Amino acid sequence: MSCDDAHMLLDAYADGELDLVRSVEIEKHMEGCQACARAVENLRALGSAMRSGGLYYEPPASLGPRLEKAMQRVGRSESRPKRFGWQLIALAASLLLAVYFVARLSPGTVRDASSNLVAQEALDSHLRSLMPGHLTDVQSTDQHTVKPWFNGKLDYSPPVTDFAQQGFPLTGGRLDSLTGRAVAVLVYQRRQHLINVYVWPAPGSADAGAGESVRQGYNMIRWTRGGMNWWVVSDLNSGELNGFANLLRAAPASVPAAP
Amino acid sequence: MVGPVQIDRGTLPEQSKLARFELSVVPHMGAAYNLARWLTRNNHDAEDVVQEAYMRAYRFFDGFHGGDGRTWLLAIVRNTCYTWLQQNRKPSVELEDDIPELDSGRSNPEALLLRDMESELLRQALDNLPVEYREAIVLRELEGLSYKEISTIAGVPMGTVMSRLARARSRLEKGLTKRARQGGAA
Repeated sequence: MSCDDAHMLLDAYADGELDLVRSVEIEKHMEGCQACARAVENLRALGSAMRSGGLYYEPPASLGPRLEKAMQRVGRSESRPKRFGWQLIALAASLLLAVYFVARLSPGTVRDASSNLVAQEALDSHLRSLMPGHLTDVQSTDQHTVKPWFNGKLDYSPPVTDFAQQGFPLTGGRLDSLTGRAVAVLVYQRRQHLINVYVWPAPGSADAGAGESVRQGYNMIRWTRGGMNWWVVSDLNSGELNGFANLLRAAPASVPAAP
Repeated sequence: MVGPVQIDRGTLPEQSKLARFELSVVPHMGAAYNLARWLTRNNHDAEDVVQEAYMRAYRFFDGFHGGDGRTWLLAIVRNTCYTWLQQNRKPSVELEDDIPELDSGRSNPEALLLRDMESELLRQALDNLPVEYREAIVLRELEGLSYKEISTIAGVPMGTVMSRLARARSRLEKGLTKRARQGGAA
């Protein structure tokens, strides 16, 4: 790893936010690079100076009772707000909240910010899965073994199909988490390339076509279909990965279990 | 004609809503105040904003289906602060997060004596950061939140959180180093 590459990741490293692979790379780099090692030391010193510097503002004792009174007023009647030029604020707030909730409820359907987040997490998860022993929780090429394995571990049943005949054998499945929810991951193989397929319910979302992106050299394809979000991540070339995505889309979808 | 579905508030058990609210949101008043105080940089404004945020939070509480009450509340506090800042101050200088900072080199580590840093200097340096940087670093260092939680609260991708934190720290280090050089000799 070059110093420039390391530089970009030092904060995330010091914050413990890097995945294992890149953390190890940074540590290796710092063994030979005094400047980066010092920079990390500085980041840590700054952090501990902030945390121990008495910088946390404590609310005044009067705030609790004041809030309680206000809450009771609101609780009794949904009275019209009066402070700060309210109508506009209320409108802006409801819009922001709407965005917030939509982003929470159906990560795959909100573009940009949220799907960026999913993309990054899916990629991190993909990279983690490449570490020894992290790829599969259930190792089987039999879809009738993999699918029932998820029973009781998720509140939905992911569609599982083996595509060995088409050159994409199923190798297993595992549980993972994306944006805070547990998701099913199906693992397929194409020659030496591993393909992680993330599937989770997208309640109320319309079907959406394929979105393709490349992150850190990995190809990612996502779509929403039959009430499910799908993300496919692999280092396989984009042409073959698209072929695989088409197979998945053509496979019979299963109905998500009722919550 | 089919209109939007209206929730009949008359049938909601208000008492238990209040009880649930008190359980999952009210305990985070300290975090709410700290964030509001750092963003508004004023005691009274922070109290007003927190009260405002709590009232909003209560109104929207029906849409809160469990999860982390602190993150949920802080997102509302943050948005309330920004509305307040827009109405009461000139908007802060636009940040260009996608454009890499040319001067991205970190300050000379040897010159930095953070361990001896007076917290008052640190407080001033923080107050002088652009509000988006301040919010990121306060949520990270004082509230101990993850990048993911900060990204939810600030409504920006995790990559943006990372770059804001990096720039915030780089500015803090530079500012503090300068101050330490100026005042350190005395």
